[in-house]
Amino acid sequence: MRTELDRSPGLGTLLIDMASPAQIVIDHVNHLYRPQHGREVLALDQVSLEVGNREFVALLGPSGCGKSTLLYLIGGFLPVETGTILIDGKKVAGPGPDRGIVFQHFALFPWKTVRGNILYGLERQGMPKAEREKRAMDFIELVGLAGFEDSYPSQLSGGMKQRTAIARTLAIDPKILLMDEPFGALDAQTRGLMQSELLRIWQRTPKTVIFVTHDVQEAVYLADRVAVMSARPGRIKTIVQTKFDKDNRDILKSKLFVEKVDEIWNLVKDEAIKAQQRQSFAQEGEL
Amino acid sequence: MSETGNALLRYLPLALLAVAWEVVSRFGLVSSSALPSLSDVVRAWIDLVKDGELITNGLSSLYRAGAGLALSIAVGSVLGIFMAWWKPVNVLVSPIVEIFYPLPKSALIPVTVIWLGFGDGSKILLIFLGCMLPVTIGAFNGARSSEQALVWSARCMGASRLRTLWDVVLPSAMPELLNGIRTALALSFILLVSSELIVAQKGFGFLIGFLGANGNYDAMYAVVLTVAFLGFAADRIYLLITERALAWRAS
Repeated sequence: MRTELDRSPGLGTLLIDMASPAQIVIDHVNHLYRPQHGREVLALDQVSLEVGNREFVALLGPSGCGKSTLLYLIGGFLPVETGTILIDGKKVAGPGPDRGIVFQHFALFPWKTVRGNILYGLERQGMPKAEREKRAMDFIELVGLAGFEDSYPSQLSGGMKQRTAIARTLAIDPKILLMDEPFGALDAQTRGLMQSELLRIWQRTPKTVIFVTHDVQEAVYLADRVAVMSARPGRIKTIVQTKFDKDNRDILKSKLFVEKVDEIWNLVKDEAIKAQQRQSFAQEGEL
Repeated sequence: MSETGNALLRYLPLALLAVAWEVVSRFGLVSSSALPSLSDVVRAWIDLVKDGELITNGLSSLYRAGAGLALSIAVGSVLGIFMAWWKPVNVLVSPIVEIFYPLPKSALIPVTVIWLGFGDGSKILLIFLGCMLPVTIGAFNGARSSEQALVWSARCMGASRLRTLWDVVLPSAMPELLNGIRTALALSFILLVSSELIVAQKGFGFLIGFLGANGNYDAMYAVVLTVAFLGFAADRIYLLITERALAWRAS
């Protein structure tokens, strides 16, 4: 597509530091969730994980297992109280433009247009006006939203909103992309399209991706490795290699792929049942 | 039907009321001192405009209401947003807001006169105090409803914590804040006229009181109608501005 994108900063450094050690090191992280009312809950229990440069890792687990919490800790939105999280050897201390995040419910600024949303981060980065206008348009084109740049989020479909959010995050060129069930609010068809779209974009602008989901097939299809998490308190149960040829969505029907999904589903199933039981106990407790 | 046609139809009851008023007083169904005919009132209004009474008094009233309202918007928005943003401010301010909210603000008229005398100052202070509460509460509720994910998004695009207050919390609070300001706008007219009625040497309220006390009822009604119209027009203009400002919301 556009050659401009390939020349823009950060995107042209594809071939450097492929052999660098783990970019994200999560070491024995605990997290206590303190609700305003009621008891403290141990959300994460001794979680350790290393993610390599430009690796695509999925965090898979039942709802309430703390996978999003782990993502927010890496993002620096929540303080790391016990254990450490290192990014390129440095302790996480608050959010920063080296880590971009995409949320399930898009988190677009509803008072800004598609272009305005994408420009925002570039403004904050202090990019000169002409340059950021151009870059915003390049990314609008990258995610296929040309012609919608002056629309407000309320005028867009769910899939288009998420494209905008992805473009907004990619435009500031973070090294790490944190994705919190980004396709969870979309219908099945749109979700399938967005998955292929994400892979296409990721291959063009490779980044380290941590992708939270509870969809086994999605995790296996997208990720290089899937970290399966246990029901609360969240632990990393196993890590499964899931490197497939992603250029072709037909892979989803191959025997190897289906077996892999099955294998992981068996690992997740017990945890999902546990999580469900816990939920129904909790409901009974309230009655 | 065309839009103007619709608007005309909507205000048809007002025209009927005007006709009824004219008929009732023309045919002497009520005493003309209690209700002078509408045509007399209009004539009195023209005289008031001609000799400049309405304009000078009107301008001083608008100055007081405008200044009081502007102050209340400035202070109230900042206060409400900081209450939502930083707990200690909330702890400090919210009991004060709770106590003063139900207080009829007109009870403060003598107090503000003792503090600042009979002139503009006391009216501006009264309007400021009265209007600040709905603005503060609107800003507070709006700011409290701002989404965590939006703040986080801004943070990881490089906005400082303080910066997110301006870039995320304030626009998130805007719909509720603008609603609070609308309440304040109506309140400012009420407080303006009642304070001027009680102690003032100029202004709409003063004029109404003065003309009424001297039995000049045609002119008194003319001023009352002027205030009613200005209040209505201010609200309409405000609504138009609000619609513009919130055009991004789902249509």
